[in-house]
Amino acid sequence: MNKINFLKPDKSNLNTFLYIGSFLFFISVLDVFLNSFFRLNLIGFLPNFLSFMMPLIIGFLGLYFIRIEYSGIKYLDLINKHINTNNFNAILSLLIIFVVIKSIPPILSWFVIDASFAGDSKDVCSGTGACWTYIKVWMRRFMYGMYPNAEQWRINLSFIALALLGSVGYFATDRFKKYLTLYYVIIYPFIAFLFIFFFISGGPVFFDFSYGIIAAILSIIVGFFIPTKFKFYYFLIVPFALYILLKYFFFFEEYIELGKLEGLNWVETGAWGGLSLTFIISFFCLIFCFPIGMAFALGRRSSFPLIRYISIGFIEFWRGVPLITVLFMSAVMFPMFLPADFFIDKLVRCIIAISLFEAAYVAEVIRGGLQALPRGQYEAAKSLGMGYWKMHIFVILPQALKLVIPGIANTFLALVKDTPLIFVVGLLEIVGMLNLAKTNPEWLGFAMEGYVFAAIIFWIICYAMSKYSYNLELKYKTDR
Amino acid sequence: MNFKLKDLGPQLITVIAVVLIFGFFTYNAQINMENRGIDFGYGFLSQESSFDVQFSLIEYDGSHSYFRAYLVGLLNTILVSVIGIIIATILGVIVGIARLSPNYLINKFAAYYVEFFRNIPLLLQIFFWYFAALRALPLPQDAEAIFGVFFLTIKGLYVPAFIWENFNIFFYSIVASIIAIIVIRFQAKKLQETQGKQIPVFLISIGLIFILPLLSFLVGGVSLSFEIPQLKQLAATSFVYDGGLSLPPELIALTLSLSLYTATFIAECVRAGIQGVGKGQKEAAASIGLTPNQVLKLVIMPQALRIIIPPTTNQYLNLTKNSSLAAAIAYPDLVLVFAGTALMQTGKAIEIVSITMFTYLSLSISISILMNWYNKRIAIQEK
Repeated sequence: MNKINFLKPDKSNLNTFLYIGSFLFFISVLDVFLNSFFRLNLIGFLPNFLSFMMPLIIGFLGLYFIRIEYSGIKYLDLINKHINTNNFNAILSLLIIFVVIKSIPPILSWFVIDASFAGDSKDVCSGTGACWTYIKVWMRRFMYGMYPNAEQWRINLSFIALALLGSVGYFATDRFKKYLTLYYVIIYPFIAFLFIFFFISGGPVFFDFSYGIIAAILSIIVGFFIPTKFKFYYFLIVPFALYILLKYFFFFEEYIELGKLEGLNWVETGAWGGLSLTFIISFFCLIFCFPIGMAFALGRRSSFPLIRYISIGFIEFWRGVPLITVLFMSAVMFPMFLPADFFIDKLVRCIIAISLFEAAYVAEVIRGGLQALPRGQYEAAKSLGMGYWKMHIFVILPQALKLVIPGIANTFLALVKDTPLIFVVGLLEIVGMLNLAKTNPEWLGFAMEGYVFAAIIFWIICYAMSKYSYNLELKYKTDR
Repeated sequence: MNFKLKDLGPQLITVIAVVLIFGFFTYNAQINMENRGIDFGYGFLSQESSFDVQFSLIEYDGSHSYFRAYLVGLLNTILVSVIGIIIATILGVIVGIARLSPNYLINKFAAYYVEFFRNIPLLLQIFFWYFAALRALPLPQDAEAIFGVFFLTIKGLYVPAFIWENFNIFFYSIVASIIAIIVIRFQAKKLQETQGKQIPVFLISIGLIFILPLLSFLVGGVSLSFEIPQLKQLAATSFVYDGGLSLPPELIALTLSLSLYTATFIAECVRAGIQGVGKGQKEAAASIGLTPNQVLKLVIMPQALRIIIPPTTNQYLNLTKNSSLAAAIAYPDLVLVFAGTALMQTGKAIEIVSITMFTYLSLSISISILMNWYNKRIAIQEK
């Protein structure tokens, strides 16, 4: 038998090194494992510091011995290649293994083993673990805010209906596929708005809407007779003009019987809250910020200097200030800018503020996509005789938007993560409700559970969104 | 310039619309302020503020002016941003490099860290650290000393204060050593370019930065002593630490969450930057005989930095803007002190919100100018 050089493990004494090394490595992991799961200390007889460092030293020696290149054993080579390339990596790997083993028992015991699930009062939460009873009791408040318990089916029904309507795209046959963009950009948001306005808000709020619907129908009917050349400007101006005309000059509330319908109980927006409010705000801001951002992205690349400078000013202003000051502005400064008798609801002001803020970010992302397109695309479209709008709608934007899907998804993620900031104006979505529940004298001391709960929910939402955007990116990836 | 009448239409419409909107707003604001008897003006800045701020870098109490309160808030914001940027950069670079590590465990660990922290709202993280994690710390009387001098308690972190004698001599010695290092680096570069000789610049620099200040201790009469925080009893159950420096828990929670959150984004920038350098560059550098360290320092990093810096600048800006979330946990930053307390007291909504926004705008713009300058300096000099 050859003389074994322990400082230089090599292939000729493979088995010896393998046995000694794996044994030492196993001992070190076992020691940490027993220590953390069963509170046993195998090497407790050593002095304090040495006993603390021992697993690391033993494990390091073990890994050092089994670091033999091209040993011919598949698993050993895999281990060496992935966690044991050199001394530094070996120590880091050991540290990570130890940290994971060490942190499993306390986390597990806090989350599950010592936690209390049953009951509906604080008394059951006496252990050292989490008090999930607290979450259970406050669940409705965390989900719906101060929305009355008896009316919560309205929120559920609206969300389910909207989710079903939103999934239409998956079931549409090829014949209807070409209308999907129109559906998602105009019809779906409108339906969603109706749901929120009538169903979740409730109350006899039919007036405005009846005017709006009449104006829309009238302008669409007349729209058929308008020459194509002016159609864009027509639909830009006439419906709004008609609406204002109807509202302030033609009809008075007495004339419309619809307005006298007894509605659902009215729930003021101040009572909305919890996770449902997070969804509502994210949804509307998402819908509004996209077209605004697109308009400003086009404006920033416009050939008209005045439009360009106004767009640059708008974008840079919103990008330079924090959202919290924007919300402050919407809360304290914005009412000063409106006529005295003109009141805009707090929630609406909030949605406008967040939409404008995020629109600036969306604009920059879309501008990146527009800039990435080769000049040839513009020139080809122009050479076909397309005008500005036709060129952008049919040639430029479809390609540019495809390019910036990840960026837009990131902006939307940021939007969802920014919604808790509305606490500034006094609206309480889920994080705000947690802070409220935390100060309830009957349920003091459960801040941790609440925040962990909200963190899990947000994490799932954001992670799902980022994965979805990744899939979308793959789906629309076209080679150019 | 070929001026076209056709182009004038859309621009005119836009400008008129913008002017009308602004005009409408200012008109209403004037009427509203007249109705409520508020006069517009920035004169209130010199009035006595008569409110207290619990943590300030400069001397401040209720008898100072609102402008002084504004400065206190601004300095606190800058303090949090600077600390946060430093920690986030260090952490982000480490995690970003770890994500490219061949070590499977390190790689996954870094990936989980990034996925975990960036998918949770920052506000929630701040609340978690402040209301849940830091509240679990011991009371001052129960706190155990870390290394015998630091005390981490529910009332904040207490660290020893430095008490200097002849501080300016020490300061000059540091300045002198930095100047010496710059001169030596310059000379070394020249020497390498003209004669191909290499001198160990790094070792010399480290030596200089230790030896010169050390000399100032031995010769210059500089001395340093520590004031270790001492436990002091105020009442039967109320204890505080006296002496030393105290960092309030708000500051700790805020910097911790800001840097943990922003580090994930910086890590992604760093990873993208290093991955963006072509493999051929590495192989070419290795093939001309550079050591791995030299490859990293002379070939990879200069190219990677060009990709890394612009998005990282954005993250710095975001961190600065996100520091305004301090208001949620009552850390006295610009938003809380000025747009919160001062606004409540004076009722001058338009003035105060506009000053606050303008301040953040100028902070953002100054960071981006600084980083643009740096970016331009390291960019490829194309001829």
